[in-house]
Amino acid sequence: MLYREAGQFKSSYIADSQIFPLRQDRIGFWTLLMVAFLAVPWLASEYWFSAILIPFLVFALAALGLNILTGYAGQLSLGSAAFMAVGAYAAYNFQLRIEGIPILATLVLAGGCAALVGVLFGLPSLRIKGFYLAVATLAAQFFVVWALTKFGWFSNDSSSGVISVPRFDLFGLAINTPVRKYLFVLAIVCVMALLAKNLVRSSTGRAWMAVRDMDVAAEVIGIPLMRTKLSAFAVSSFFCGVAGALYAFCYLGSVEPDGFSLDLSFRILFMIIIGGVGSILGAFLGSAFILLLPILLDNLLPPLAALLHLPFTNATVSHIQMMVFGALIIFFLVVEPHGLARLWQIAKEKLRLWPFPH
Amino acid sequence: MQFFIEVTLSGLLSGLMYSLVALGFVLIYKASGVFNFAQGAMVYFAALAVVGLMERGLPMWAAIIGAFAVMILVALATERFVLRKLVNQPAITLFMATIGLTFFLEGLGPLLFGSEVRPIDLGIVDEPIQSVLDSVGIGLSRFDLFASGMVVALVAVLALFFQKTKVGRALRAVADDHQAALSLGIPLQHIWAVVWGVAGFVALVAGLLWGARNGVQFALTMTALKALPVLILGGFTSIPGAIVGGLIIGASEKLAEIYIPPMMQEAFGGNFGGIEGWFPYVFALLFLLVRPEGLFGERHIDRV
Repeated sequence: MLYREAGQFKSSYIADSQIFPLRQDRIGFWTLLMVAFLAVPWLASEYWFSAILIPFLVFALAALGLNILTGYAGQLSLGSAAFMAVGAYAAYNFQLRIEGIPILATLVLAGGCAALVGVLFGLPSLRIKGFYLAVATLAAQFFVVWALTKFGWFSNDSSSGVISVPRFDLFGLAINTPVRKYLFVLAIVCVMALLAKNLVRSSTGRAWMAVRDMDVAAEVIGIPLMRTKLSAFAVSSFFCGVAGALYAFCYLGSVEPDGFSLDLSFRILFMIIIGGVGSILGAFLGSAFILLLPILLDNLLPPLAALLHLPFTNATVSHIQMMVFGALIIFFLVVEPHGLARLWQIAKEKLRLWPFPH
Repeated sequence: MQFFIEVTLSGLLSGLMYSLVALGFVLIYKASGVFNFAQGAMVYFAALAVVGLMERGLPMWAAIIGAFAVMILVALATERFVLRKLVNQPAITLFMATIGLTFFLEGLGPLLFGSEVRPIDLGIVDEPIQSVLDSVGIGLSRFDLFASGMVVALVAVLALFFQKTKVGRALRAVADDHQAALSLGIPLQHIWAVVWGVAGFVALVAGLLWGARNGVQFALTMTALKALPVLILGGFTSIPGAIVGGLIIGASEKLAEIYIPPMMQEAFGGNFGGIEGWFPYVFALLFLLVRPEGLFGERHIDRV
């Protein structure tokens, strides 16, 4: 009753092509942003910032990057963690080696480095596709981690490649407390999500989707395959690179190459499968889900086991966690291949008609 | 020169162990077009089942038979709850489902059979054969030789099974053309269950051999990552490809590990060991640029 488009007329092209055509959606979205920017910094505790909110935003950004490549351009990648690693180490080196470089410039340059590496490892996609490409991206995953460990220059010759992030500031304001880090990450993620949303609605995005749906057909109707595929790799890696830099700078503070393992790549892949392949909202939903589920299981399983008088150890929790992850992936692929984002969409459609059945 | 031959030989022999895992991939890919990422997890799961059953007091032969039964159960459950639900989905969806299956098995295995590192004793020691060492001066591991023998025997058994039995014929028919096989009355779902069972058996053999060499531990799942470049090189649909690919990857990996890091050390300084993690991938990738369908793979023709 409250949520419908009745009475909302569009009188200009700009109004017609806005991201949220419904007034209610716009109100909801701005409220959400207000809450995130104004209310959350007052309400949340330190634990929430550093253990949940910041990683949520960082992973959402990485998932956004992978979603552009896999969800929109249809190129399955198992190497997203490697591109994050490139971003993190590039950002570290720019901060270290260029005196007084602003943090925003560092992030852009770090994303650019990741994009370059992404294009390099995206080159095989011109010749191969599908599983072959997925395996090829594993080459990026293993090679990048190895190179960062073995070439001392990348980590300023620290042992086993560990880097500790220097202090940094934004326009003279030191980003050193959890609240400031959170707001910093939030602002960047908002800008980049807007960028991604508009990119996938543009001709570039439509070319990506055409290639995803059938590359031969796309080529026939005049879409340049090489440019389209490589631009998808570049943009996706740019996002992953910035996410990696934020992962190091705002979330962990010190990282090592082995932290960007295949497991992290899989986690990001799971985020987009569960959140919704080919959806911007899905990246956020998936990130929240994958992050909160282990916390939920950690808190839920021990009392449950105590209730049933079962023997219980920490190892058991991690095993059950893996099983639940695996089962959920299969469940979502079977029941709702478009993930949580699609469920949200269905809910909105139902809400529009409510209280009538059709 | 002697050193070179020794390294090449040991590389070839360990390459056969990679082939063993790659074989499981090929079987499933041929029959159902599914790229089964869970093969490595199945190797781990099978090996865990063997040691787990032995810990419960079974003799080794009974534990192996029991583990085979467990793998058949896994195959049936996979067909029933994953494959059947995802018929006609894009291949990439099925691939992601097998990643889910990987996680599920990696959690379930240790939960059922315990997660400590345990040895499997096949009764063969991993040491050079003395007579060969004396006469030619080349160290040839007895265990590697035994493992290669097992691989050859397994391939022979599989070839017989595929060529001579009725089920094998049906499997080949399905691999050739799903639609035509269906219209001839071959039950696709049974065939899938059978082929996953066979892949489970291959995983069991691989699990026994790898487990005997490195101990039964989580690292066994990494065998899948070793097998992927082998597959790319040999082509996804070819059993000879898996064997030849394994030999090439095994030998080149060992040779590269010995000769490339010192060269890099000379150029850049520092220690560059451990390239075997990525070398096979880059090697296979470069090969792909020249021949996208692999050594023995079928050329893929797209229809719009």
